[in-house]
Amino acid sequence: MPQMNMIEAINSALDCVLASDRNVLIFGQDVGYFGGVFRATDGLQRKHGRDRVFDAPITEAGIVAAAVGMGAYGKRPVVEIQFADYIYPATDQLISEAARMRYRTGGEWWSPITVRSPYGGGIYGGQTHSQSPEGIFTHVAGLKTVIPSNPHDAKGLLIAAIEDDDPVLFFEPKRLYNGPFDGHHDRPVQSWAGHPASAVPAEHYRIELGKAKIARPGEALTMLAYGTMVHVALAAAQEAGVDVEVIDLRTLIPLDLQTITTSVEKTGRCIVVHEATRTCGFGAELAALVQEHCFYALEAPVMRVTGWDTPYPHAFEWEYFPGPARVARAIRQIIEV
Amino acid sequence: MMRALHNGLSLHVPEPWCRPGSKANFDAFDIPAAGSVARPPIEVEPFAIRELAYSLVRVIDEQGNATGDWDPCLTADVLKRGLRAMVLTRVYDNRMVRAQRQGKTSFYMKSTGEEAVAVAAAMALDRADMCFPTYRQQGLLVARDWPLLDMMNQVFSNSQDRLKGRQMPVFYSSREAGFFSISGNLGTQYSQAVGWAMAAALDRDPRIAAAWIGEGATAEGDFHHALTFASVYQAPVILNIVNNQWAISSFSGIAGGERTTFAARGVGFGLPSLRVDGNDFLAVYAATDWAAKRARAGHGPALIELFTYRAEGHSTSDDPGKYRPGSEAAAWPLGDPIERLKAHLIRRGDWDDTRHAEMLAEAEAHVRDVGKQSERLGTLRSGARPEVSSMFEDVFKNMPPHLRAQRDEMLR
Repeated sequence: MPQMNMIEAINSALDCVLASDRNVLIFGQDVGYFGGVFRATDGLQRKHGRDRVFDAPITEAGIVAAAVGMGAYGKRPVVEIQFADYIYPATDQLISEAARMRYRTGGEWWSPITVRSPYGGGIYGGQTHSQSPEGIFTHVAGLKTVIPSNPHDAKGLLIAAIEDDDPVLFFEPKRLYNGPFDGHHDRPVQSWAGHPASAVPAEHYRIELGKAKIARPGEALTMLAYGTMVHVALAAAQEAGVDVEVIDLRTLIPLDLQTITTSVEKTGRCIVVHEATRTCGFGAELAALVQEHCFYALEAPVMRVTGWDTPYPHAFEWEYFPGPARVARAIRQIIEV
Repeated sequence: MMRALHNGLSLHVPEPWCRPGSKANFDAFDIPAAGSVARPPIEVEPFAIRELAYSLVRVIDEQGNATGDWDPCLTADVLKRGLRAMVLTRVYDNRMVRAQRQGKTSFYMKSTGEEAVAVAAAMALDRADMCFPTYRQQGLLVARDWPLLDMMNQVFSNSQDRLKGRQMPVFYSSREAGFFSISGNLGTQYSQAVGWAMAAALDRDPRIAAAWIGEGATAEGDFHHALTFASVYQAPVILNIVNNQWAISSFSGIAGGERTTFAARGVGFGLPSLRVDGNDFLAVYAATDWAAKRARAGHGPALIELFTYRAEGHSTSDDPGKYRPGSEAAAWPLGDPIERLKAHLIRRGDWDDTRHAEMLAEAEAHVRDVGKQSERLGTLRSGARPEVSSMFEDVFKNMPPHLRAQRDEMLR
C-alpha cells in the first residue's frame, strides 16, 4: 500500500473524486497552476483541466458564495480557504446561506459544498495562521464539521465529505500535514513514514462521517480529542503512565455520542482537549453532553485542557498550546479524585 | 494647547432632496429624453460604452410613443401580457397588505412602482434562465405564471406552504419557476448567481443567471465579490441593481449615490454597464434582452442599474411618512410603470380605458378568489399549518441523532 503524508492523502482524495465525478470542481486562492500554498492540489489542474481546478480571487466570501451558487446548479464544489483564520469573511455565506439552504427552500435546493481549510497552531503562525475556529461552526445548525488526525482518515473522510449532500467544513490540522506532531516542539520533527496511518490506499474509499475512532483503548479515563490533539493526548497518556482511552472524534457534527458515552460509562472520568480557546469552545459542549448522559457514572468533574482565552500569541506559542505536559498534569489530577 | 480648528473641514453626511413637511422635489435629477441613447451591438467592448453607465436608456416618451433604437418592437400581445402581469402583481400586493393588516400574516413587502423591473425582465429572459432575486421581485413569479395560490400559501405559512412554515412572508423559493431562495442577509444572492452562471458556462449550458440587488445593498461586500467573479470568469450573468432611491429610510446618497451612478460601479470591473429607466417596461425589456443575448452568445456578464422609485414603504413594518414627503411617489419624474405601458398601448391603438378597467376587475376577482382558497388552507394565526414535527427536517439530508432526540423532546 502506498505511504502518504497527510498532504499527499488529501491530494489523492481530491484526485479520486475529480476522476469519479464530473461535477466536482476545486477552486481557491493559489490552488490552480501552483497547487496551493501547502501543495494539497499539486498537479490536479494539469491532470483534470483548468476549468475544474482553478485559482480564485482573494475573497473568501466570494469563493464560498460562488460555491453555493454552483451547488444550487448541481455542481459539487470543493473550495480551499488558505488558512482557517481567513474564513471569517465567508461566515455569512456559510452560516446564513450554505447551512440553511436545504431548510429554507423546503428541500428544493441544498449546498453540497466542502470547505477545506488548514487550521491550528504549532507553526509559529501568530494570530492569523494558527486559530482553531471549529466551535464557531459547530454552533450553527446545518453545517457538518470534520477534522482528521492522520493521512488514512484524511483521505477517507475528505471523500465522504465531498460526496455528502450537506455543507461540510473540513479543517485540516496543518501541523500534522508532514508528521504526527505530539506537541513536543523541542524534539526532532517526526515524519509520517512508517506510521501505520500513513498506509493509504491509492483508490477511492470513504470513512463514514459521524463515527469516532478509539485511538487508544484504556480503562482509567476517557480523553476526547481531535486533530493534532489526538497525538498530544496519546503522548500525554504514555508520559503520565495512565491507561487512558483516547477517542479521536473525527467528526464534530454530527457527533458520535454513543462512542463517547460508552467509554465514559466504562472509565468514569473524562478530559476534553482542544487547541481552541476554552470559553464556548467545542469542549464546553462535550463536557455538557458527558454530564447530561453519564452523570451517575462520573467519579470526577469533567476537565478541559485547551488553548487559553487569549488571541494566539506568536512568541508564547508553547505556553499557549495545550501540550503533553499540561495534558499529563490534568490526567494525574483527575486520577487522584 | 488647543488644536486650531480648520474651517474648511467638516464631515459630510448626505441628506436627501427633501424631507417630510417640504414639497417633493426631484429637480436635481437629470432625465435624458426617451430615445436619446444609442443601442450598441451585443458584442461591443465594455470600454466603448462606458458613457451608458451615466446616461439613461428610455424608450416610452411622455406621449406614450416608443422611440429610439432601444425599442424592442414587441407585439401588442406581449405588451398586454406584460401589462397584465404588472397589474396582477400590484393587485396581489394590495391584497396581501390587507391580509397582514387583518392579522393573517406577520409581514409583507410590496413592489408598487417597481413592477416593470421584475416583469419586463422575466419576459425578456428565457423561462429556463435562473433568477436570484431580492424580496421585491415577486413580479418575476407572476410573469412566469407561477400560481398566486402557491405564493399566498407561503405568505400565510399555511398547510400548503412549500417552505413548510420556515420562512418569513415573501421569502419565496421555487426551483420549478427558476426563482432562487430569497435571503434577508442582503446581497448574498448576488455572488451566488455568479457561481451558478460559472457552473452553467462550465457545462456549456445555454441558460444564464440574472440577479437583483437594491442600491442600498450595493454597499455590501457581496456586491463587489459578485462583480469581481463575474468579471474574472466572464460568467453569463445579468447583474441588476434596482435603484429605487430608498433603503428603508436611507436615501441612495447613503449608499454612495451622490457622487456617481450605481451603474458606474460596473465600469471599474470592466463590465458593460447600462443605466435604464426602471419604470419604462420597454426599456427594461430591451436592456435585459440585450444583456441576455450578449451573455448567451458568450460575451460575458453585464450590469444594469434600474432607475426607479419605491412608491410605498419598505415593508408593512415601515412608515415612510417619518422620513420622506408623502407626495414623493406622485412627483417621481419617471411616472408609474403600469400607467406608462398603458399609455403606450393606448397610443398604439391596442388598448383603451374600458379594457384596462376590465383587466383590473378581472385581476382583482382572481386575487380575491385565490385569497379565499389560500385562507381555507390556513393562515399564520388560524387554521391548518405545516406539521410541526417537520421543523426538524431538512436541517441535514438525513436527520442526525441529536436532532431526532430534540424532536422527540419537543413532541413529548
